Amino acid sequence: MSQQSGILSQGATEERGENARMASFVGAVAVADLVKSTLGPKGMDKILQSMSRGQEVTITNDGATILKSIYVDNPAAKVLVDISKVQDDEVGDGTTSVVVFAGELLREAELLVNQKVHPMTIIAGYREACDCARGVLETGAFNHQSDAEQFRQDLLNIAKTTLSSKILTVDKEHFANLAVDAIMRLKGSGNLEAIHIIKKTGGTLHESFLDEGFILDKKIGVGQPKRIENARILVANTPMDTDKIKIYGARVRVDSMAKVAEIEAAEKDKMRAKVRSIIDHGINCFVNRQLIYNLPEEMFADAGVMAIEHADFDGIERLALVLGGEIVSTFDNPSEVKLGSCKLIEEIMIGEDRLIHFSGVALGEACTIVLRGASTHILDEAERSLHDALCVLKETVADARVVYGGGWPEIRMAKAVEELASRTPGKKALAMEAFARALRALPATICDNAGLDSAEIVANLKAAHGADSSSRMGVDVVRGEAGDMKELGIYESFRVRQQVLLSGTEASEIILRVDDLIKCAPRQRG
Amino acid sequence: MSLAFDEFGRPFIILREQERKSRVKGIEAVKASIMAAKTVARTLRSSLGPKGMDKMLQSPDGDVTITNDGATILEMMEVENQIGKLMVELSKSQDHEIGDGTTGVVVLAGALLEHAEALLDMGMHPLRIAEGYEMACKVATENLDNIKTRFDFSKENIEPLVKTCMTTLSSKVVGRLKRPMAEICVKAVLAVADLERRDVNLDLIKVEGKVGGKMEDTRLVEGIVIDKEFSHPQMPKELKDVKVAILTCPFEPPKPKTKHKVDIDTVEKFEALRDAEKSYFTDMVQRCKDSGAELVICQWGFDDEANHLLMHKNLPAVRWVGGVEIELLAMATGARIVPRFQELSADKLGHAGSVKEVGFGTTKDKMLVIEGCPHLKAVTIFVRGGNRMVLDEIKRSLHDAICVARNLVRDNAIVYGGGAAEISCALAVEEAADKVTGVEHYAMRTFADALQAVPLALAENSGLPPIESLTAVKKRQLEEKNPYLGIDCNDTGTNDMREQNVFETVMGKKQQLFLATQVCKMILKIDDVIKPSDYE
Repeated sequence: MSQQSGILSQGATEERGENARMASFVGAVAVADLVKSTLGPKGMDKILQSMSRGQEVTITNDGATILKSIYVDNPAAKVLVDISKVQDDEVGDGTTSVVVFAGELLREAELLVNQKVHPMTIIAGYREACDCARGVLETGAFNHQSDAEQFRQDLLNIAKTTLSSKILTVDKEHFANLAVDAIMRLKGSGNLEAIHIIKKTGGTLHESFLDEGFILDKKIGVGQPKRIENARILVANTPMDTDKIKIYGARVRVDSMAKVAEIEAAEKDKMRAKVRSIIDHGINCFVNRQLIYNLPEEMFADAGVMAIEHADFDGIERLALVLGGEIVSTFDNPSEVKLGSCKLIEEIMIGEDRLIHFSGVALGEACTIVLRGASTHILDEAERSLHDALCVLKETVADARVVYGGGWPEIRMAKAVEELASRTPGKKALAMEAFARALRALPATICDNAGLDSAEIVANLKAAHGADSSSRMGVDVVRGEAGDMKELGIYESFRVRQQVLLSGTEASEIILRVDDLIKCAPRQRG
Repeated sequence: MSLAFDEFGRPFIILREQERKSRVKGIEAVKASIMAAKTVARTLRSSLGPKGMDKMLQSPDGDVTITNDGATILEMMEVENQIGKLMVELSKSQDHEIGDGTTGVVVLAGALLEHAEALLDMGMHPLRIAEGYEMACKVATENLDNIKTRFDFSKENIEPLVKTCMTTLSSKVVGRLKRPMAEICVKAVLAVADLERRDVNLDLIKVEGKVGGKMEDTRLVEGIVIDKEFSHPQMPKELKDVKVAILTCPFEPPKPKTKHKVDIDTVEKFEALRDAEKSYFTDMVQRCKDSGAELVICQWGFDDEANHLLMHKNLPAVRWVGGVEIELLAMATGARIVPRFQELSADKLGHAGSVKEVGFGTTKDKMLVIEGCPHLKAVTIFVRGGNRMVLDEIKRSLHDAICVARNLVRDNAIVYGGGAAEISCALAVEEAADKVTGVEHYAMRTFADALQAVPLALAENSGLPPIESLTAVKKRQLEEKNPYLGIDCNDTGTNDMREQNVFETVMGKKQQLFLATQVCKMILKIDDVIKPSDYE
């Protein structure tokens, strides 16, 4: 129901009070329901067909990717889309959980509003409940950073938990090891840029591997050495076609063909001089961001220098970082330039493609993960999953606190919130109870998606936690019952869980506070 | 009367193409205007006070804004109606002048007009109503002067200021964290305030935001944050005690403004030009280095070659820094802005204690934090928030709080909030009205009624029985002669606003009364609305 107020421009609508609230609840809950079925290890995937001409298809169960790709018109739904995007940027995982949680909070709030509880009262209750839940989460977390062996095991478990809901679940052992090895190489620097992911179709996911060096998906110039040991590398960003004159307004105006030839010759000389000065750096490998034309390429070949052209900007920066050299644009002072170095450069074959492999690089942190898989869709999804896992691991290395997974934190928090509710006078208590129910909806959804009896299992969990406050029971999806999370090795990063809790509450609060919805007339496009 | 008759009874048209224009006249026109103003005010009414609700606004491009800041709502809702636009302007001018109370002023104006309607129905002339309002407004502002209290603070004792800012923030989305946020705002204002001259230059406070993290991570940087990174990825990410050169000329060969061509017709010329070009770059970088600069901040871009040379000479640089930031940086570091390389010299350099490149989350966004500047006159509030909407709303809330703190630095007289000032004014106006004979008597009484619309709305939004709580407070004010009693919005159990620490600046309150009365007068004076009907 919307009405024209007569004050706004044509085509604009304004919805007030109950209608506005209803519209935002409906929108937000719809979005939450959309991604709900992807939650948990048995969550299903979605096919997204792009609207562009290619009608490309993406298959994913990554909440952030799904929400990014759909077009929503409902403003409240946009808030949720936004929140999952931020979750992705900030911690990289839990993108579905946060949306589902916010959706559940709103669903509960809707019931309360219908019982004539003022939204502000609900918000006050949610806030207190959220603080309480956060405290519980903090006390429930544990930290093994001091014990390297144990910490690695924690990381492995976290990686496995993250991966188990994705396409990589079949090979999660393999990929968890990959991801943890890659992160451990970073030695806590958290610089994900040093981890390079290359996707190559063909083979199976299981053939994916971690390489300790750096792999560049480029070709070596014709007639140049294919293998260099103890390479000294110059990384450059300079035009190697013709050196254009940068002075504004310069142009060539000559009166005879002969003069043109002269100037062309001068240009070539210039290039030769440039190549010579590059070679004078005493290098045996030259990597340029821009194109290398035939003439310089030939000269490099003559000098026995390996020349790699057109390494894109990302590649160059990463290469410079990895090899420990600087990116060079002028070549007059060979003595002052810092060259990159590595033990061995060689051409390797992955599937049908040739790639250049730098091993024994200066920066020991760098590594490359080569993903293999049957189709581009699988590879894309695999990359997304791996990215999630890497992000979570990175966060865990930064903040080593770990909690159990499988709905364990939610059940625990719900219990504490309910206790708080029973002590709180006033209508706020209703909101707190609703908060607890919303928390329990997460494990219930995991069960539902796995085709289990959610009511039974969640009730069992609740009972287990009620009987023993240090219980480690959570949802065991494989056996379809409550299980000991420690024994099953289902761990999650504390940061991710905390962010889900805070962002979810914040989002629902924003939407609840709205009592008026004004849509401006859509801009005329023409 | 667009159609008149001459002495021979022939009709002639005064207003051309009248059939294409829509026209409302007389009392009808006034009523239509009041109607429109009321509609706008009604939209804002529910956003008033600490328990006010938010509005969700979707822009023509589909972006969503969620706010309860009156000025922002009105600006974003694209009001078409002319009278509606007046209301928008009203809240904007309150925003520009005071920076807070933008919702209150619109609600007040709406109430004044709404009550004027009843007087019109009594057959009173709109102008007489306006005059009555003017008189009442005068009484009310005088009353404000009577009930105002001075309010003491100093650089050491910022507690009172913090409390005021908390009042402002309590109605916003940051209500949960009003204490730390208020402290941030007050510290920011005091850092740039000139307490001698009682002046605050708000340009020196920058509010920067980055999506992500928690609201709790919001902090005050005693320096400047710019959304840029070092021009070369391999430049050092952290600098300590550096001399800063600020340039507004690009590291590129010069481009004369006049159109010109450099003709190359011989090989010698070609080579000479190349050499000249090369020397440009080395020369520029050398000049920077010679001046003793250790960090170059440039308003324009760099050529790849220049970039490399800078890196090579160990001269970290930042490019594409906006004009406002350049000025701020210059003020903070004490550097002179240098428009030409030739003019660069050691005495024009500034100094910064530390310059750091900070990254966020898993994305590659980076920002530069410049701290420890000798002339600590510029500060940045760096805001974090769960998503873009929250972030924008936090920024707006902080802006309001900063404005309040600034107003207190300028003039430290306050009145108590929660509707206490309005009720007290209403009582004063009522008393004064009884001494006035004539039509104005009614107008002034009406003004007093309209003033009570603010506490009414406050009570309503807080879920209290509006009329009962208002009348109760009014009675107590009369009996106890205590102008500090207001509506207890936060349900703390006391009506004394001194205990709740809810106050506003006298300046802001007066401005609200003046502006609302003026707009009211303006609208009441309109008796004919002519506008071309829409194009077919």
